[in-house]
Amino acid sequence: MRLENLLPKIVLAPTFVSTIITIYGFILWTAWISFTKSRMLPRYELEGLVQYVKLFANERWWVASKNLVIFGSLFIGICILIGLLLAIFLDQKIRIEGTLRTVFLYPMALSFIVTGTVWKWILNPSLGLEKLVNDMGFTSFTFDWLVNSEMSIYTIVIAGVWQSSGFVMALFLAGLRGVDDSIIKAAMVDGASLPRIYWKIIIPSLRPVFFSAIMILAHIAIKSFDLVVALTGGGPGYSSDLPATFMYSFAFTRGRLGMGAASSMMMFGAVLAIIVPYLYSELRSKKNE
Amino acid sequence: MSRRSGLGPGKSQGEILFRAGIYTLLIVAAIYYLIPLIIMIFTSVKTMNDIRTGTLISFPREFTLDAWKAAWGSACIGVTCNGIKGYFWNSVIMVVPAVLFSTLIGAANGYVFSKWKFWGSEVLFSMLLLGCFIPFQIILLPMAQVLGVIGLAQSMQGLILVHIIYGIAFTTLFFRNFYVTIPQELVHAAKIDGAGFFRIFWKIILPVSVPIFVVSIIWQTTQIWNDFLFGVVFSSGESQPVTVALNNLVNTSTGVKKYNVDMAAAMIAAFPTMIVYIVAGKYFLRGLTAGSVKG
Amino acid sequence: MVRRFSIQLFAVFIASFMMVSLVKAGEVEVLHWWTSGGEAKSVAVLKGLLEKEGHVWKDMAVAGGAGANAMTVLKTRAVSGNPPTAAQVKGPQIQDWADEGLLTNLDPVAKQEKWDDMVPKVVADIMKYEGHYVAVPVNVHRINWMWCNPEVFKKAGAQIPKTWEEFEASAKKIKEAGFIPVAFGGQAWQEATVFESIVVGQGGAEFYKKAFVDVDPKALNSSTMIKALDTFKMVKSYTDKDAPGRDWNLATGMVIKGDAAMQFMGDWAKGEFLAAGKKPGEDFVAMPVPESAGTFLFNIDSFIMFEVKDKESQKAQSAMARLILGETFQEVFNVNKGSIPVRSGIPTANFDSVALQSMDDFKEAAAKGTLHPSMAHEMAVSPAVRGAFFDVITNFYNSNMTAEKAAAEFVNAAAAAM
Repeated sequence: MRLENLLPKIVLAPTFVSTIITIYGFILWTAWISFTKSRMLPRYELEGLVQYVKLFANERWWVASKNLVIFGSLFIGICILIGLLLAIFLDQKIRIEGTLRTVFLYPMALSFIVTGTVWKWILNPSLGLEKLVNDMGFTSFTFDWLVNSEMSIYTIVIAGVWQSSGFVMALFLAGLRGVDDSIIKAAMVDGASLPRIYWKIIIPSLRPVFFSAIMILAHIAIKSFDLVVALTGGGPGYSSDLPATFMYSFAFTRGRLGMGAASSMMMFGAVLAIIVPYLYSELRSKKNE
Repeated sequence: MSRRSGLGPGKSQGEILFRAGIYTLLIVAAIYYLIPLIIMIFTSVKTMNDIRTGTLISFPREFTLDAWKAAWGSACIGVTCNGIKGYFWNSVIMVVPAVLFSTLIGAANGYVFSKWKFWGSEVLFSMLLLGCFIPFQIILLPMAQVLGVIGLAQSMQGLILVHIIYGIAFTTLFFRNFYVTIPQELVHAAKIDGAGFFRIFWKIILPVSVPIFVVSIIWQTTQIWNDFLFGVVFSSGESQPVTVALNNLVNTSTGVKKYNVDMAAAMIAAFPTMIVYIVAGKYFLRGLTAGSVKG
Repeated sequence: MVRRFSIQLFAVFIASFMMVSLVKAGEVEVLHWWTSGGEAKSVAVLKGLLEKEGHVWKDMAVAGGAGANAMTVLKTRAVSGNPPTAAQVKGPQIQDWADEGLLTNLDPVAKQEKWDDMVPKVVADIMKYEGHYVAVPVNVHRINWMWCNPEVFKKAGAQIPKTWEEFEASAKKIKEAGFIPVAFGGQAWQEATVFESIVVGQGGAEFYKKAFVDVDPKALNSSTMIKALDTFKMVKSYTDKDAPGRDWNLATGMVIKGDAAMQFMGDWAKGEFLAAGKKPGEDFVAMPVPESAGTFLFNIDSFIMFEVKDKESQKAQSAMARLILGETFQEVFNVNKGSIPVRSGIPTANFDSVALQSMDDFKEAAAKGTLHPSMAHEMAVSPAVRGAFFDVITNFYNSNMTAEKAAAEFVNAAAAAM
């Protein structure tokens, strides 16, 4: 009986150890490096807050942070909206559902190293969409977000949504298939309209799906790297830089490892500030159900 | 789990209009998703001359499969000019054990987190979830140090180990959320019958786990197959996965760019994951439906 | 059943951990980013030469971001205590790696092969750490080239410009004739490439050195710099609006197709013209960037050699160093890549007219002291300072920042990056 009680802990032990080392240990390592003057390779002599002071004085960092807020909220919001709508439509006994589902899902399977090039062509005013519409006779149409410093971050949203919304659709579709039909039938007998049923009954019952979707999308948003590198390279100027690309370029390309570490600590802090309360409330509310 | 039936009013004019609207919207959406793929396919069957002198987004003027042949068997990647075919096998060797072990560990973890909760297990689960959010770029250096210490630097085993470690958070999340939906009473009853930890897992939990195994395997296969960062940093020259080869092929610094070969290579590299999505897509959805998304 | 299967798998997994790869005799593992097309073929020549001498070449190719990914790999490998035998590293970073005490001394090969007599001192100094060779140079690229489509100039009735005044006059005519005067790619490194060519032309070689090599605040924030910044913005007004993010080769394509009149780019652009079947001097003309004739901004690729213990590998390593500067490789590699040999005494028969002119200019500039390392291509300053300069240049180019403010920003950014 004693062994039996220990077994669950033994099973979790490898995961526990690896989590402590490879996640929290490495975060501590990064924190330590962020207090040093590490340049090309790690140095371990502590130097105080120099790197954070430099980071906060760096205009590019603030552009990247602001971009993450814009990109993150739009990316998560639009993915959920499109994913949910597509799922609801697909759930209306559509004949070619299987084909459409695959079409919506396939972007996840492609490496963005190359699809980025294609998106660059599509969004480029003189090659892609703008030219196409102009050639059709609507000469006043402009779509120059890719080359416009004010708008370039939104092109990252467009490509990001293209890549990830299909997966969110699959999550929601699965959720919809799990909703108990009898509740809906009962509501219809009461004379409720279809949109009303969705708004009042079905969508609220998908709360756990929203949780999964938000967790997955948030993790994609924070790690978004290939998207920026392949699509805009952070430009024009550094108008579409994100913290992940900022950190990589300072830590590795520019030989300013200390500052790169400081920026990733800031990123991690932001994640904690947003995710922990959400996680807490979600896990809490489940217990109360 | 059957499809919803009888939603909405009967076959009125409104119903027909409504359905026509839905189909239109879905097809418009499908076009949005397909455009990049269509452009890739068109570009891959063009000649370089066509690409250089024409517009990039257009029908091919003459059709050729030369780019596909080159991408598969004769394009230069590094000092060898054998295309990306050799790198395929590297990716397979990497993906199979990494997916298998991360999924099995995830299943065991999920089982404990849902059915054998103990003091602190919820905290551990939350800690594990937070691990999903660590930007992978920053763990490169400390991970390299650790791999160096245990003698796995620049080896396939080291690369597989890294993929397993950072895959566990997601697989555990999937399995835990799935197992939560299995009634606790089943486990209780089995315990009263004298079944132990492993017996319950084999006899009660595993038999119903097929859908979630499919989800976990598909997710992990896609993630690991498409990974570039770990592949480039932790592999050695001759064991580079196909994404690294693809990157090496398309990213020439000062050389002449062959877009048709690039596009063909990208589609070849994505082929296995595409097949997984097409063939297993149905089961994927079934697995998700069966409970993984039920929080 | 399932259990036995998984136990077997586990055993295989454990067993594979135990496998130790045996180090073959005379092996060099080479980390480089020449992974594709003509570049890859050029490196393959070196591999062939090494193998002919009985050594083994283990390829470690990592492309992307002009070596950015390769540097990431190199750093992680150094940290894991497992660096390659040789790695493609350039400019001041050679000093950083030598500082770490990881590089091997190449003086024996250098003495035997008389590198000091073959390689210009400016180049040799970059390859040396505390007076000892730790790196081998491969080739020389010239940055301050202007590539013109004479057909477009003729149609617009414009002259190929030699000064920035002439440039403005010609560009105006070209624009009026309905062509794009300057084909431009709005990526940070391309912007910096064009800008440094303007600086070296307008400010002169001496000023360029003070500003972008010595990072002298007085030069960085000076009226000369402000003038160069204004010229840079003037050039921008003759580019098309779709330039941001455009790859350099697509910009070259615009010149080849006759949509645009000229492009400012290093000599690798030549490869695009040649691949399109164009002839130098007839279909396209290469000139120094206006006002920069007589100066030569160089970009040199080089390999650093790490300390290795194995005797056979040491032999292979020094063979590689010798072969890189050997006649065969210098000729084949540079003909393929569009650059010029880094050493003297290479037959010129196989080089085209652009390369020949480049060789003459190189010699002349070396003699006159107007031969300087390119800032944009990591030759002049540390990656940190270069990155800081890039931020200022790209931000100035893509916003309404005044030239005065940008000049002041150069000083601040450089100070923060030091």
